[in-house]
Amino acid sequence: MKLTLNEDTIRACRTDAKTIVDDLITMIDKHSTVSVERTILRLLGIDGVNDFDIPFVNVLVDHINDHADLSKGVSHYLAAAVKDTKLSPQAIAEKINASTLSLKPYQDVETDMAVLMPYIESTLEAINKQKATRQTFMQSRQTDQPEKYVIVATGNIYEDIEQAKSAAKKGADIIAVIRTTGQSLLDYVPYGATTEGFGGTYATQENFRLMREALDAVSKEEGRYIKLVNYASGLCMPEIAAMGAIERLDMMLNDSLYGIIFRDINMKRTLIDQYFSRVISAYADITINTGEDNYLTTSDAFDHAHTVLASQFINEQFAASAHMKESLMGLGHAYEIDPDMENSFLYELAQAALSKHIFPRAPLKYMPPTKHMTGDIFKGTIQNALFNIAAVSTNQSIHLLGMLTEAIHTPFMSDRALALDNATYIYKAFKDFGADIEFKEDGLMNTRAQDVLSNAKALLDTISEEGLFTTLEKGRFAEISRSPHLGKGLDGVFEKAPSYKNPVIDVLIKQLKEGDTWL
Amino acid sequence: MALIRPYGDTLNDGKIQLSFTLPLPCDALGEETAKAFAHKMGIENVSVVHSEALSEGYSYYIVYGTLTHQVDPTSLTVTEVETTAMSKEAIEAYIDTHFDRDLVFIGASTGTDAHTVGIDAIMNMKGYSGHYGLERYKHIKAINLGSQVDNETLLSEALKHQADVILISQTVTQKDVHIQNLTAFIELLEAENVRDDFIVIIGGARINHALAKELGYDAGFGPKKFAFDVASFAVLALHEKKKVN
Ligand code: B12
Repeated sequence: MKLTLNEDTIRACRTDAKTIVDDLITMIDKHSTVSVERTILRLLGIDGVNDFDIPFVNVLVDHINDHADLSKGVSHYLAAAVKDTKLSPQAIAEKINASTLSLKPYQDVETDMAVLMPYIESTLEAINKQKATRQTFMQSRQTDQPEKYVIVATGNIYEDIEQAKSAAKKGADIIAVIRTTGQSLLDYVPYGATTEGFGGTYATQENFRLMREALDAVSKEEGRYIKLVNYASGLCMPEIAAMGAIERLDMMLNDSLYGIIFRDINMKRTLIDQYFSRVISAYADITINTGEDNYLTTSDAFDHAHTVLASQFINEQFAASAHMKESLMGLGHAYEIDPDMENSFLYELAQAALSKHIFPRAPLKYMPPTKHMTGDIFKGTIQNALFNIAAVSTNQSIHLLGMLTEAIHTPFMSDRALALDNATYIYKAFKDFGADIEFKEDGLMNTRAQDVLSNAKALLDTISEEGLFTTLEKGRFAEISRSPHLGKGLDGVFEKAPSYKNPVIDVLIKQLKEGDTWL
Repeated sequence: MALIRPYGDTLNDGKIQLSFTLPLPCDALGEETAKAFAHKMGIENVSVVHSEALSEGYSYYIVYGTLTHQVDPTSLTVTEVETTAMSKEAIEAYIDTHFDRDLVFIGASTGTDAHTVGIDAIMNMKGYSGHYGLERYKHIKAINLGSQVDNETLLSEALKHQADVILISQTVTQKDVHIQNLTAFIELLEAENVRDDFIVIIGGARINHALAKELGYDAGFGPKKFAFDVASFAVLALHEKKKVN
């Protein structure tokens, strides 16, 4: 099932998107954030919290901010302190927490990043080991596309594990643990196993480990690798990417704009943070899931379909600038047209085929109906079935299964099981449907796809002229307007001093470049 | 007395369907347990029409049966917003004749809640489902603070703008997070001695008027309610309040 589209328009969209992103790279390069600095510390091996549950990485960054000059970067201070005290970064963090050491005296010394290399290398070695383990697991995996993705969100990691195991046994390929409401605005990552969350479960490194361990056990039993997903988003975006790399998460929700639009996080903060987090995920072979599908929850899905496509182009370029391979770019889109609209299924099919046509090598993340789901769970099952047909026929990669109770609660175990059964049935029934039919060139669907593409092109033209900040200010995405001077987390953004260093990102990019395979 | 039972295909046949999960393996004992639950609910002729394993220790059941309980609907009372809804134009005219100034409505989606579509549906120009939002009403000044607004901020903004009406939207209800947050706001108003200075209205997909009253609010609105419903209630309540003072 192939659309006839103007390939020149598609190329022009990519060129526009690249202009839009290139325009921001200088800003990103010039700045760092408190979360980027905390990420560096995590990758230097610092872990744990103090008696007040404050992570040591926060204690350290706050210490430097209060007593010295953070614009030189944490690496400057750590390199000097490690050389001088012969202590590990972890031991240094603990001493600073106990106020038995100050980093102030190192503010103006000459430093050499070489002393930090053994710590960086040891973390990278651990990440590489995880990559190798994943690869071994994946060899035994059948590659039937699409992959069935379900969420667990009980608030309690141990309950989540029960739900995840059950879903895996019912055929789920991918399990996402949704985060508790409010976590995205915390400027620290909570610690340890947690049992109390609302609408989701805290993302902590220990929760990651527990869930990965449980899923590894199921993977062995089932003879297929079950992937684990969490959210590298919010104010701690790159830190969570690092935790995911260390604990072998397989996918991360990670969008360049979502936090700005839907969480009112400052745009500079988000753009700087997403860059580092994508470099880490690219290195760790973690597939990202972008979030433009969400625009259709506040805007009409038919009228604003092109905003999703435009945003996919932008997310693609942001990922490419972070040296990410196409095969890790899970660009998002969704089945959200009002079911009362005539021919809604045809338009959905056209949109899904359009994304697939334009991003053929990206593992597209296809979201189910959510906004127009109601308390009528029986109708909901049909809405989900239509969505499943679109997903299978257009061969989407990451297939987020819709829940019949979407409008009511976060999924029960049985909701998930029914969704998995529904999808399994439709995969079978529609297996070769997509390969067997063709779009009429002047038909409703092909025309719709062309329209969406040319509207996306027009929007990308506008954005490349006005700049992304202005676009966000004008509320062109999701009809939500944000100012570059406002938003959460702006106080954590700072300009780098001329001597600033981030030795971790330098190593990651060097190694990624050696194996660079993008386009 | 007008006792009734659920309807299948014959009046008062009591036919009812249920589905649920048990923390048991899917076997004869699981099925028997499912039936026992149905019996305890007053269901007879229980038939487990479908059972399925969800995982080793969990099983899912679909059950049909005959409900023995009877209910007399005429003996029940409903907590509903009692004022009749007026049109946008009628509300504008009402404000014009009954108040000597414009009315200020301030609203937000509060606590950790990031959902804005509900409060926007009520407050923003565009409205929802073809019904304009409060922003478009003559004589109403609508201030929408957006989402993830904490209770203290909402109150201080309400005081700053000398609001007449406070609107709160709550969408996430898992583990009763909305109840905690809504209770905290009423306590805050009482602690600051300003509860009677405002008409305070809540809304959201899982909110209803009965819950609102129980929590100490003036009114609550759920799905399929629009700006004119809310504004009708609010202007009448404000006028009532003015008469009392
Ligand atoms: C859109 C949406 C989102 C969007 C929100 C975008 C935005 N800017 O608002 C995004 C993607 C951001 C989102 C995020 C999340 N969501 Co959400 N979301 C939805 C969805 C699909 C639709 C909600 C909606 O917009 N409805 C349309 C509006 C118009 O309806 P409404 O809110 O009921 O409003 C009407 C009335 O209730 C009333 N009303 C509403 N407010 C008020 C206020 C007043 C004063 C008055 C008078 C009336 C009134 O008037 C409106 C018009 O009639 C629902 C599922 C569904 N189909 O319902 C899930 C849902 C609400 N989300 C849910 C969850 C859990 C989340 C997350 C917490 C997930 C997570 N862990 O990350 C996050 C939120 C994080 C946070 N900090 O809050 C759950 C809530 C479960 C529960 N009962 O607790 C739902 C039910 C989905 C699910 N099954 O899991 N979500």
